[in-house]
Amino acid sequence: MDLNDSPEQAQYRAKVRSWLQEHRSEAPVFSGQDEQESIAARREWQGTLAEAGLAGVTWPVELGGQGLGAVEQVIVNQEIARAGVPGILDVIGVGMLGPTLIAHGTDEQKHRYLGPMLHADEVWCQLFSEPAAGSDLAAVQARAVLQEDGGWRLSGQKVWTTNAHFASFGLLLARTDPSVPKHKGLTMFIVPMDGEGVTVRPLRKLSGEPDFNEVFFDDVALDADAVCGPVGGGWGTAMTTLMFERLTIGLGSEAMGYRAERFAQAIAADAHARRDPEVRRRLGEVSLELLAVKFSGYRTLSALQQGQIPGPESGLAKITTVRAAIEAGDLIADVLGPEALEADSEWSHMISYLPGLKSAGGTEEILRNTIGERVLGLPPEPRLDKGIAFSELRAAERAAVAAAKSGSRS
Amino acid sequence: MNLELTDEQVFLRDAARDALSRVDTVAAARSAIEDPASLPDLWPTACAAGWAGLLVGEASGGAGLGVFDAMLVMMEAGRVLAGVALLGHLPASELLDRGGSSVTGDVAEGSVRACLVAARPPGDVVSTWTVEASAGSVRVEAPELGEDGRLDGRVCWVPDASSAGVFVVVATQAGGGGPVAVVVDGDDSGVSVEPVMRFDATRSLGHVTFAGASVSVLDDVGADQCASAWYLAQALLAAESLGSVETALETSVAYAKERFTFGRAIGSYQAVKHSLVEILRLRENAYSLLVYAGWAYEDAPDEFPLAASAARAAAGHALDYASRALISVHGGLGATWEHDAPLFFRRAQLSRRLLGGLGDATDRVAGELLAGA
Ligand SMILES: Cc1cc2nc3c(=O)[nH]c(=O)nc-3n(C[C@H](O)[C@H](O)[C@H](O)COP(=O)(O)OP(=O)(O)OC[C@H]3O[C@@H](n4cnc5c(N)ncnc54)[C@H](O)[C@@H]3O)c2cc1C
Repeated sequence: MDLNDSPEQAQYRAKVRSWLQEHRSEAPVFSGQDEQESIAARREWQGTLAEAGLAGVTWPVELGGQGLGAVEQVIVNQEIARAGVPGILDVIGVGMLGPTLIAHGTDEQKHRYLGPMLHADEVWCQLFSEPAAGSDLAAVQARAVLQEDGGWRLSGQKVWTTNAHFASFGLLLARTDPSVPKHKGLTMFIVPMDGEGVTVRPLRKLSGEPDFNEVFFDDVALDADAVCGPVGGGWGTAMTTLMFERLTIGLGSEAMGYRAERFAQAIAADAHARRDPEVRRRLGEVSLELLAVKFSGYRTLSALQQGQIPGPESGLAKITTVRAAIEAGDLIADVLGPEALEADSEWSHMISYLPGLKSAGGTEEILRNTIGERVLGLPPEPRLDKGIAFSELRAAERAAVAAAKSGSRS
Repeated sequence: MNLELTDEQVFLRDAARDALSRVDTVAAARSAIEDPASLPDLWPTACAAGWAGLLVGEASGGAGLGVFDAMLVMMEAGRVLAGVALLGHLPASELLDRGGSSVTGDVAEGSVRACLVAARPPGDVVSTWTVEASAGSVRVEAPELGEDGRLDGRVCWVPDASSAGVFVVVATQAGGGGPVAVVVDGDDSGVSVEPVMRFDATRSLGHVTFAGASVSVLDDVGADQCASAWYLAQALLAAESLGSVETALETSVAYAKERFTFGRAIGSYQAVKHSLVEILRLRENAYSLLVYAGWAYEDAPDEFPLAASAARAAAGHALDYASRALISVHGGLGATWEHDAPLFFRRAQLSRRLLGGLGDATDRVAGELLAGA
């Protein structure tokens, strides 16, 4: 049972640590300035990290990465957290969308897009979810129609799009053939966010932060080379993104800062609460879950090092982290009282961020379905959408909703 | 970083599974509820497999293995509800070896069974060493070693007490000074054991009374080692519980695939599926904490109290949840003696109340973190 770095890893860690030590003064501070400035500063910092080889750690060397493994990526995450500096700005791009381009893009696409993405000269966003397609992602309706010149025309709406308001490009899942069953008629596109007909409208999150958006596409013209992966093969391309999303969330849990010690400190400051049996029971329950996640993370790393790829079971760590952090926020607010909900308090921020995190990257229910089916081998639920052309499915759904509405009125 | 089982650990685990499969221990657990005398004695199996001396150093005649190895054996015992009497024996053997006791060799070989009479160490709220009372929520002071060198006190619900040839007792000293670990011969006229059985016939328990018992004090065993023995028992009980969780999960998943209602396997219903995933989630958490405890014992002893308490609370809660789910997934069948589910439920209900109980372990997790904050 060995939690230590191998000699090579220790050497790598030392290198990363000393670089961060030397350059931490160049890092932007976490809060205090306006959003525009903060984004500009974090873009620049990502560029600095990329120059130093601390972004795109697992990307191939020929595409600007370091060609290293997931363990090295985790070492970088840990050292960045330890140094108390922000990590890269474009986690979605570098962690999920870049790897999708690397897996499915053409050589031209890789050479055009990956470098600027890595350095945050161009930030990316994930244009997957729609008002009527979140968990059921294959139900997307944004429609791309092939033109005679081989280009495409795109219309539709995306929603909950993190970072869209300052992104240069988005990876967008669109329907290109409604006459076939829903998983089949999809295609992935690279969409310039400054294109004519693209409108980004900010949405405020529960916390009040305007860092995600809805995005409208009104007859946007795309070139033939905007297609990423096979036409009609968009579902497979999206699966690659979601696999990297799981990996990014799984390996990033330590960086989220939900540590048992942090919550204990907040309670310990209250001399009465720290001796209250009920407070202690709640703190104990939260803490053991977070300690478990920490060691589950080490187990994942250990498995990665033996060459295994984390499967859907890594979603369990997300479920546990979010639940435990929600409980911790509740407990701390119960102890501190309304003051914990003061707008600038770290707890107020955490408390308002977590309910959304329960949905982001796969809701708890969807994760439990997937793990039950793929890990425990339990049978799936019967589905009403298999093998039916998407256009017919939509018509049937509309009829069902209309019937339900008239039923509830009468 | 490597947290995979070594080849030796896989071998140890598989050998344990094989050794424990020779008797139908689950059927025995059922029969023993009505006829406790029918419970097979698995001690010869334990001795033949070398488990009695698992934690004793090679120089003293043991196998010199690690705490995580002991947990692997406990998990296997838990999988089949085998009552192997290691919960009392293993932590006692470790203290005997550390204290250089002359009985260590016999204990390692298994010809003498040892039993730890543990005391809960002081924490950030309660500053004394305490033990279980026979009833009620108030803990009582640990046995006391008098200035005359004799031991007095009563400790209840002690695992494996009734079969012990030698007791290792954590005691306070009448004249003050730190706690000590003392050895009491099972035949000493100053010790009496009242065997008790509650709800789960596989768990041998006893109320132990010391009245002027003669002792020998173990050298080189101070407060830290006395505390460590308590936490070691917590970790071993956690491992045993986790083994039972695994059986409950496997049994429930298998049934959920083959039982059909309304034209579908019940495992396709989300209420059932999500509850089975919850067992898996609790299992993964508890296993990770056992890994933490195993690692901390060897490499970060300061964290062992936290890790072992967290593992105990997590595994106990997991078993509580899993044994109830095992019953409900099996519907009416799960509530009858026709099925094994009630036996796992009985195991869960008693285990969670031993050695301070889950509440105590959870409180200790908070206490350790608050003390370090
Ligand atoms: C903070 C945040 C950031 C996000 N960032 C992005 C982004 O950058 N890009 C992007 O594309 N998307 C993003 N999303 C969207 C996110 O992926 C979706 O919200 C999520 O997949 C859920 O989809 P939905 O909102 O449509 O909910 P729905 O799918 O409508 O679900 C509603 C409820 O029904 C339950 N439910 C649905 N289906 C089932 C089922 N089969 N079984 C049981 N229960 C079910 C769900 O669990 C949920 O409780 C973000 C979301 C959040 C909260």
